[in-house]
Amino acid sequence: MTDKTVLNATHRSLGARMVDFGGWDMPINYGSQIEEHHAVRRDAGMFDVSHMTVIDLHGARSREFLRHLLANSVDKLKVVGKALYSCMLNERGGVIDDLIVYYLGEEFFRLVVNAGTRAKDLAWIESQAKAFDVQMKERPEFAMIAVQGPNARTKVLGLLHEVDRPRIEKLGKFAAAAAQGPHGMPLFVARTGYTGEDGFEIIVPGEHVVALWEALAAAGVTPAGLGARDTLRLEAGMNLYGQDMDESVLPWEANLGWTIALDEGRAFIGRAALEQQKAAGVPRVMVGLVLDDKGVLRHGQKVLTAKGEGEILSGSFAPTLNKAVAFARIPAGEPGEVRVDIRGREVPVRLVKYPFVRDGKPCEGI
Amino acid sequence: MSEIPGDLKFLKSHEWARVEDDGLVRVGISDHAQGQLGDLVYVELPEVGSAVKAGTGAAVVESVKAASDIYAPVSGEVVEVNELLNDKPEIINEDAFGDGWIFLVRPSDRAELDELLDANDYEALVENEDH
Repeated sequence: MTDKTVLNATHRSLGARMVDFGGWDMPINYGSQIEEHHAVRRDAGMFDVSHMTVIDLHGARSREFLRHLLANSVDKLKVVGKALYSCMLNERGGVIDDLIVYYLGEEFFRLVVNAGTRAKDLAWIESQAKAFDVQMKERPEFAMIAVQGPNARTKVLGLLHEVDRPRIEKLGKFAAAAAQGPHGMPLFVARTGYTGEDGFEIIVPGEHVVALWEALAAAGVTPAGLGARDTLRLEAGMNLYGQDMDESVLPWEANLGWTIALDEGRAFIGRAALEQQKAAGVPRVMVGLVLDDKGVLRHGQKVLTAKGEGEILSGSFAPTLNKAVAFARIPAGEPGEVRVDIRGREVPVRLVKYPFVRDGKPCEGI
Repeated sequence: MSEIPGDLKFLKSHEWARVEDDGLVRVGISDHAQGQLGDLVYVELPEVGSAVKAGTGAAVVESVKAASDIYAPVSGEVVEVNELLNDKPEIINEDAFGDGWIFLVRPSDRAELDELLDANDYEALVENEDH
């Protein structure tokens, strides 16, 4: 049984190639993934991300609950509307999911979690919330469109009610606010994204999402599929759950240390395991690879280093760079000359610091 | 999808073969196959003069999404390859049955051609895959 977003018929009428993505029938492209990728880097593109799961948390002890649930610290959220990226860990320190949490009131927080992990996330959060008397409410009636690219914000602002425009225009990065869209439809506009470009992720009631999509298209925003979303986030150095980390991986091994807040006296789930691994030494590290020769780095390929074997996590042809890049997890220590086994051929690759692309341009050294 | 030319023969794995007037066999992948693969970014061509064997890998096409072996529809010697694909693999996306051909073979056993699907059978195969 495949789930469909409200925009399913819209994608099909645009001639999208549809694929099964975590149980959802989603557009992988509308013709050319590469052109859609460039549209986002150079102008503005939009993605149907309605398959993602919105979960609202209500209760007087919501903040206290999230201090316990999340590896990043919700105490960084001081102003209503601010958002935070965090991992949600199990007791062993493994990553159950990565998510964004929005601070919407002292008794009201909103989580947006991955589609592929929905069932286990809901079960986990519910089981943990009980002790804090926090109510968890999934919001399946919401749809979501990500509008991304250097011109994305301007194009969205033009569709908002004029009284809302100045406020949404001033919205800082990783912050969200309510606004009225076309025909007065209620929007939750967040300045977040998964492409490395500026833009908004907009939550909208499902009954309005087709009208919003059409208004964005009329404003010159290019429909883009999940294929382009994947190459854009890889170039931008962003992890994909299930490919770059999962429950068998601790955040230290997935370059997610920056999201871990070891603040004094906060006993979040997984903390003990994280501290133990940090003290003992992290056995594997996640690195960026660039292939200067012909060929494509892909998930599952073997990586050969002086310290032993590793593997490619996310890997793809990167349209902005016109060559292949990847994340790999390799044994810690000096790796020496690194090679990747591509279909039986050992090909030399360069170890680099990522992101690979920032603000639409290749980063230095890529 | 573009019309499947009636003079082509196919492997189930979506390669096409066209017997030219001089008896050489031109090989490419179907429009359906390029659509499934998405934007192509590399083509690994066989060497001119190399031998290919029917039903085994002779070339590789890589799209953003996946790498795919291209099987030779017939055995023989590669006499020409489409060098344009080195710089412009997207020609296959644009014209899979024409300018996007991949290599040209001098067949060693013409009877192998009879083993291939004709255009109608191939069309039926693709329709079954889609539904």
